[in-house]
Amino acid sequence: MTKNIMIVGVGGQGSLLASKLLGRLLLDCGYDVKVSEVHGMSQRGGSVVTYVRFGEKVYSPIIDKGEADVIISFEKLEAARYMEYLKKDGRIIVSDQEIDPMPVITGAATYPENLIEKMKAAGANVDDMDALSLALEAGSAKAVNIVLMGRVSTYFDEIPEEAWLKALEACVPPKFLELNKKAFALGRAGK
Amino acid sequence: MKQLMLGNAAVARGLYEAGCGVASSYPGTPSTEITEEAAKYDEIYCEWAPNEKVALEVAFGAAVAGKRSFCGMKHVGLNVAADPLFTISYTGINAGMIIGVADDAGMHSSQNEQDSRHYAIASKVPMVEPSDSAEALEFTKLAYEMSEKYDTPVLLKMCTRVAHSQSIVETSDRVDLPIKEYTKDIGKYVMMPANAKRRHPVVEQRTKDLIAYAENCPFNRVEMGDTKVGIITSSTSYQYVKEVFGEKASVLKLGLINPLPEKLILDFAAKVDKLVIIEELDAIIENHCKALGLDVTGKDVFPLCDEFSQNLIAEKMGVEVSEGLKLEDNIPVRPPVMCAGCPHRGMFYTLQKNNCTVMGDIGCYTLGAVAPLLAIDVTACMGASISSIHGFNKARGSESESKTVAVIGDSTFMHSGMTGLANIAYNMSNSTVVILDNSITGMTGHQQNPTTGYNIKGDPAGKIDLEALCKAMGFNRVRVVDPYDLEACDVAIKEELAANEPSVIISRRPCALLKYVEVKPPLVVDCDKCVGCKMCMKIGCPAISIKNGKACIDKTLCVGCGVCKQLCKLNAIKEA
Repeated sequence: MTKNIMIVGVGGQGSLLASKLLGRLLLDCGYDVKVSEVHGMSQRGGSVVTYVRFGEKVYSPIIDKGEADVIISFEKLEAARYMEYLKKDGRIIVSDQEIDPMPVITGAATYPENLIEKMKAAGANVDDMDALSLALEAGSAKAVNIVLMGRVSTYFDEIPEEAWLKALEACVPPKFLELNKKAFALGRAGK
Repeated sequence: MKQLMLGNAAVARGLYEAGCGVASSYPGTPSTEITEEAAKYDEIYCEWAPNEKVALEVAFGAAVAGKRSFCGMKHVGLNVAADPLFTISYTGINAGMIIGVADDAGMHSSQNEQDSRHYAIASKVPMVEPSDSAEALEFTKLAYEMSEKYDTPVLLKMCTRVAHSQSIVETSDRVDLPIKEYTKDIGKYVMMPANAKRRHPVVEQRTKDLIAYAENCPFNRVEMGDTKVGIITSSTSYQYVKEVFGEKASVLKLGLINPLPEKLILDFAAKVDKLVIIEELDAIIENHCKALGLDVTGKDVFPLCDEFSQNLIAEKMGVEVSEGLKLEDNIPVRPPVMCAGCPHRGMFYTLQKNNCTVMGDIGCYTLGAVAPLLAIDVTACMGASISSIHGFNKARGSESESKTVAVIGDSTFMHSGMTGLANIAYNMSNSTVVILDNSITGMTGHQQNPTTGYNIKGDPAGKIDLEALCKAMGFNRVRVVDPYDLEACDVAIKEELAANEPSVIISRRPCALLKYVEVKPPLVVDCDKCVGCKMCMKIGCPAISIKNGKACIDKTLCVGCGVCKQLCKLNAIKEA
């Protein structure tokens, strides 16, 4: 059975490291893996999405509506945008940051209120967290991605914590390893 | 060794393993990483050429000289390189030559959705099309063998979902090939009419031979399952078909997309009750099947526009798909924007403020067309800004010359802006051209170009002096402005539009994302002074928003460029 993880956010937020970590981890665990990224124009502050799929044999590199087991979002509006990709019993892990898109900045649109509550009301399992504060506690705002990875790790019983840490060591430069390990632990604890 | 590899990196690995010696490309999403990754192998000489035509001709020269070569580009790049492509088809090669071309169904980062397979058919050059990274690596190696066996360049067609997805590959060692002997052969390599006349039948015979090869080649395969429906497909569509049907459907998976087999398709068709063709963009396989007299379902059901997905195929094939959860709220779109601190912003604000008609071009600065700047009138293709301002001004005369501006980036200027500039100088229109020199090829992710002084590996290289170049072409009025200085931009635009001869303004400041660019501390808003007039919002900076009626600067995004500060009449924006 193929499992599907989506990473969504705003171009430049660091989803590439998150997908690199997941790819490495799942390959080490012996799965067939496909990871699909967006390059080019969307990276300039647009809405970006990365698809990670793993299982015995993976065909399509992308995830379609109603298929995602987990959606990891760096930002609330992006979580709401991609919610329709979630499976019925799937889960959204969302950093409760708000980044205004240009139509909101120019006043052509408004940023919807109470998105977390609305997503829950629509039937989604939402795990919202202040990932930015945890990242700052670990030592850098840039570690939001690893905080979120720590949280994701609690939803895959089939993958032991040591495997996550091993993949982290393989993907992060040594001088940032301690910081990222701390970010991972804080995210995993979820507080 | 098993590893997860990006499709484009797998092509690069294939180049390495197959003994490729020379690669010349122009960056373009989604093709760029092939050459960037190839440049990491010291055994392959790699370079960024000024444009795709040059790149293809460099690769041709290297192949004739006896080394396996490569050139890479995006789909629209092949339009630029079409001239040599059609004639290299006649000359053939000496050592193997691959032309990598990446299509962008869905237009994630492109100005059109053209289907490169037409070029393979029109130029009579074979084309292979992998469906994942493992095939990208394998097909690259096989393509060199085909290239040399049939004396032809080979097109390797990627698409966004194959180019930019990672899947598992097994790597092997490089074969080191000795350089092939080069022998002068005028009849083969000098394409004047008498020789070309003799080469054309060779091309036609080659196509016949390749069709015979296509019937039983390693690129195509049949996977028999249930025979009620037989699906013919290729590329990423194959993966979606397998996702929906698994081992259940009968599939003819085509990897050699030009020329297409005949007997293989007819035999497959005879084994199934109904034939369905699933291919993104145009009906290439479908039309081939129809020409063979087959009754097929294809574009009567599947769309010509946009990319496919597993759900789209399931729906069209009558398979149920799960619906996702939906919110009732309107979720505002999040289009790409010019980054905070982008040096293009100040110039676009100036052009908008002066009510200019702006002929745009291809690059990050195409984003100057979106709200609130709305500063671009026309964007078509690489280099078109400079050529079309000349036409615009010739049509409308001095009324237009005094308010129309062409904008083009440094890399795009090198690509195909220079010839347009020569036309302005030669045929004398009083046109004003702004070269937005951010010292890098921005949109594709920071590639060097002939104006930056560095090569693909980041080593020092030749550097073209834009001012000297424009002056040498005959422009007397060439001036440089800093786009962070709004007053200087305004003066420059007003003076050059008023001038009685053509001019070039070089708007120069490096891309704010370049590592060597020093980031200043974020600016702050003095809320006692801010009256919420929104003057600072006119530049469309993603770091500025209005919170509780006052301007607010996001300190994680702001790089302290100071453009907004120059707009604030109340001096409410200041250094922290």
